[in-house]
Amino acid sequence: MKQTRILMGMPVTLEIVDAFATNELFDSAYNYFEYVDEKFSTYKENSEISKINRGELSLEEASHDMQTIFALAEQTRDETEGFFDIKHTGQYDPSGLVKGWAIFNAANILLDRGCKNFYVEAGGDVQVHGKNDQGTDWRIGIRNPFNEKEFVKAVAVSNQGMATSGTYVRGQHIYNPYDENRVLSDVMSITVIGPDIYEADRFATAAFAMGKDGIYFVERLDGFEGYMIDKDKLGTFTSGFERYVIHDEIH
Amino acid sequence: MAKRQEQSPYGLSQTVRKFLLSGFVVFTFIAYAIHERFSHPDSPLAANTPTVVIQSSIQPTSTVPEAGATKALPTQPILPTPPPATATSTTGRYKDGTYNGPMVNVYYGLVSVQATVQNGQIVDVQFLRYPNDRRTSVRINNVAVPYLQQEAIKAQTSEVNLISGATLTSEGFVVSLREALKSAVN
Repeated sequence: MKQTRILMGMPVTLEIVDAFATNELFDSAYNYFEYVDEKFSTYKENSEISKINRGELSLEEASHDMQTIFALAEQTRDETEGFFDIKHTGQYDPSGLVKGWAIFNAANILLDRGCKNFYVEAGGDVQVHGKNDQGTDWRIGIRNPFNEKEFVKAVAVSNQGMATSGTYVRGQHIYNPYDENRVLSDVMSITVIGPDIYEADRFATAAFAMGKDGIYFVERLDGFEGYMIDKDKLGTFTSGFERYVIHDEIH
Repeated sequence: MAKRQEQSPYGLSQTVRKFLLSGFVVFTFIAYAIHERFSHPDSPLAANTPTVVIQSSIQPTSTVPEAGATKALPTQPILPTPPPATATSTTGRYKDGTYNGPMVNVYYGLVSVQATVQNGQIVDVQFLRYPNDRRTSVRINNVAVPYLQQEAIKAQTSEVNLISGATLTSEGFVVSLREALKSAVN
């Protein structure tokens, strides 16, 4: 059973292979995403994060989940050498962290409900559990940043998280309007496989922001593997990445 | 003292227990062997069995899709809306020119787009700013890191369940483009 809904401004897809899957089960996971969106969306005027940004609510008065996210953001900032920062121009935008966290928690809701074989995917980031409907590990493609209809690598994973961070703007010259000569990044995308999607997502985000150094950052993280695609259409992968790669090309 | 007196009956029951336990272990082993034999005659068949069960559970739901559900996600680009599609949905004839959208806060930074209109149609959308321009404070020491392998990327044809890719600016993109086009409407 597979469903997709648009939540948090992106497609959120759940596939539950377990035979007992019901619509109600899907709702329980989707409702969680709605709850997170209501609370953390900087696009929603009445969200808790918007209230914090307007100075109407202090962090001390904020909900437990909000305090959790701020604590996780601080931890992530420390772990990424100050790179991951949810504060920009005086405003907080924790969505870079919230997405992976929401997927992780939604997957845990399904685990608590007895699901064993499923995935929760939101905007290209995914947490997989158990096996797919063929009884094998979940097979995930890494999208080609130069052609969104293609994928350039296929990996098999189970009970892990996989996240891709990047810019997919084909043929566009990305520049800083304030300093056009400054090259922003040579990296098109970086994909991270980690113990869960919360971990994979936050480190993919930080690694992408690091440019070409990002893949080395992932290499040094225990329990994480990564695949980086640069503007020259080269893929660079960490030393343990190969073990996930599927080699059953159909010619 | 009481313990001493109980020692002999206790010892007897221990012997009985040992018998029962070893009998139970042998029985369990045999039962398990029989079970294995009958439920998984050979491994390929066993591997196929779940697929059959699952197929039947998938069918009903695929005929009752959620409203607005996008099926077969792998073939569906989850990129920002392509400019022509946005142009038609915003209903418009636009004045020729170049229009800048405002900075919109997205996942971890600001995004801003510029739309170019020619003959009333959007012909180009550029990102003026993308949220990857904060690489100032990083200091990464690459000295002790092994040489990482590189390869030319190549489209793959394996069967996959889903695709991992970046979508970070979809909402911000739409917001910025909408604002850019407001000033372009005739």
